[in-house]
Amino acid sequence: MSRVRFVQGNEACTLGALYAGMDFFAGYPITPSSEIAEMLSGELPPRGHTFLQMEDEIASLCAVIGGSLTGRKAMTATSGPGFSLMQEALGYAVMAEIPLVIVNVMRGGPSTGLPTQVSQGDVNQARWGIHGDHAVIALTAGSHQALFESTVRAFNLAETFRTPVILLYDELIAHMRERVEIPEDGEIPLVDRLRTSVPRDVDYRPYLPREDGRLPMSDFGGDHRYNVTGLYHDMWGFPSTDPEVVRGLLSHLVDKIEGKEDELTFTREYETDDAETLLISYGSAARSARQAVFDARERGIRMGLLELETLWPFPARKVRDAVAAATDTVVVEMNLGQVYQQVLRAVRHRERVFLSNRIDGRLITPADIRKVLRIISGVGVWA
Amino acid sequence: MKTRDYLRTRFFPHLWCAGCGHGTVLNALLRAVDHLGLPKEDIVMVTGIGCSARMAGYVDFHTMHTLHGRALAFATGIKMSRPELQLLVPMGDGDALAIGGNHFIHAARRNIDMTAIIMNNRIYGMTGGQFSPLSGEGTAATTAPWRSIDPAFDAMELARSAGASFAARSTTFHVRELEKILIAAMEHKGFSVVEIFSQCPTYYGRKNQAGDAPKMLEAFRDGTAKLGSKALEDDPQLIPRGVFIDRDAPEYGASYAELCKKAAAESSPERRYGKEVPRC
Amino acid sequence: MARRRTRIIIETGWCKSCGICAAFCPVQALVVEPAQTARVADPEACTGCGLCERLCPDLAIELESLEATA
Repeated sequence: MSRVRFVQGNEACTLGALYAGMDFFAGYPITPSSEIAEMLSGELPPRGHTFLQMEDEIASLCAVIGGSLTGRKAMTATSGPGFSLMQEALGYAVMAEIPLVIVNVMRGGPSTGLPTQVSQGDVNQARWGIHGDHAVIALTAGSHQALFESTVRAFNLAETFRTPVILLYDELIAHMRERVEIPEDGEIPLVDRLRTSVPRDVDYRPYLPREDGRLPMSDFGGDHRYNVTGLYHDMWGFPSTDPEVVRGLLSHLVDKIEGKEDELTFTREYETDDAETLLISYGSAARSARQAVFDARERGIRMGLLELETLWPFPARKVRDAVAAATDTVVVEMNLGQVYQQVLRAVRHRERVFLSNRIDGRLITPADIRKVLRIISGVGVWA
Repeated sequence: MKTRDYLRTRFFPHLWCAGCGHGTVLNALLRAVDHLGLPKEDIVMVTGIGCSARMAGYVDFHTMHTLHGRALAFATGIKMSRPELQLLVPMGDGDALAIGGNHFIHAARRNIDMTAIIMNNRIYGMTGGQFSPLSGEGTAATTAPWRSIDPAFDAMELARSAGASFAARSTTFHVRELEKILIAAMEHKGFSVVEIFSQCPTYYGRKNQAGDAPKMLEAFRDGTAKLGSKALEDDPQLIPRGVFIDRDAPEYGASYAELCKKAAAESSPERRYGKEVPRC
Repeated sequence: MARRRTRIIIETGWCKSCGICAAFCPVQALVVEPAQTARVADPEACTGCGLCERLCPDLAIELESLEATA
């Protein structure tokens, strides 16, 4: 079978997950992510892997957590309303340090919103949907090839950091068709979770970090009997309210991600070397931004694009450096400025950072971006 | 093995109130496990949230203390991944049948092989004595100071409608019967539900003047009767105890394994994602 | 000399004095006095029926079979 396919974004994601070794899926149908469940319902059974359509989104993520804990590479896929339902279970996976990938295909929100139309409105929810203080990893992609790679990356990071990874892409990428080339086996290295070398029946402490800070896992139901809970817990996994334990655990959960910005920052740059005007974008909005850059360069305007593939932890350092090198920065996105707010926070000179956005369920266009550029440059928009 | 060999004894005495029925359920459950000779490393206990859920911390099995109402969903993921393990899922009445009602229905519907143990004390104990959907009209609770207007429902009927292949009810007074029922429930291949009337002297008991723990056990003794007994026939107001459902039905994990075999056999390049690729 | 077939062992550290064992012992072998943990008041009366061991919510009672003495 040819390695080159012409597929929907959801299929590129599915192919990436299979490439990464995903062998456990539990989900619930919701537009615009249902195709992922449909494809996996066909692909997992012949391989003897697990496919479950659960009774709701909450049960789906709970089943994924159960499966992952026993040692599987587990995933679910949903959209806004389902993602909202999954927040409690997502917090559980963060607290209990359970690797998994959760795909949220963004559609118009809030509430039922626009089921079949694009938005990028869940960026802040991915960061703060879980109650309490915490850290999360959230990735995105603006092309199908990038989405395939981001999906594999999501599994690798989940296993490395022992945490759920949110794969946020938008409805437009999900449903449009584009060329994807599936890499050869081994071309993209795959990461498996670190497993403990503590022998069976020896005291195994599931939450005792090694010297390098990593936490070896033990497949639940296997060699070691231990407790897993969403309560604050000691190194054995038993509940504790001791202030020192609480401080230690929360610091660990946050520092293992927030402190690793360098390892977790993934971006693509297009014509940024000498750019005076910098566009910052992600997902399908980045496709229009890239076109705007191309058009500008054709006319001799020095414009460039910093495309984000990591949304959280926000690549503040990368953004700060890129913005400092440019004169003006325009954040291009399809929400009311969720990444724009993070850019403002990251940079020294906020007065030269602007927002070009669209929130009506349609793709932001190069013309939309140019309108904003004209306002910034002072030539005005002719009504 | 002795009962205490199955316990994480370093955490005893446990946190349950004096006279709480949940300890008696744990007692019977461990005797049933011992009777069956199940090795500790083959047993997974998944709980939700509440007094009942704390059982997970006390047993030397693979234990997972999850989210309110969601234990059966977590357990489904574990069982589908490791079908050879014995899954025990103790839950409270609110845990299993209020917030967890949907997951209860679907676990029963799938007939997935696990044992759901509903410790029905007709109250939300851990959070301070609020009424539950199993409290019943006229009962008092911290959120029903004027007495509850909420009717209760029958967990056995719900289990039957949802398709459970094993459903039984007992109480923390009828400890020998309880142990036998738990043995049968664990041996049963499919979804087993065991509802156990358990006393909460601290909240249900005090709010409803039901007396101390021994008094509440007497009420279980006097207010229930075995299925098929003359006592039940003479007084249909008594709550029936015993095994309500015990039938063979396809177990979900086994059906899925069959599906995988079929899919592997029928898989071909002409089928993309299981579906026939239309020839243009 | 009476035959004593069963010894009742009470883990007093676990007992919360709920009174269930004493209330339901068919031969009143156990007592729970105010502010006291359960106590075997009449060890000779015990028939080894096992009810207390099974009823105890604190898992604090263990019955031990003894060889009968002539």
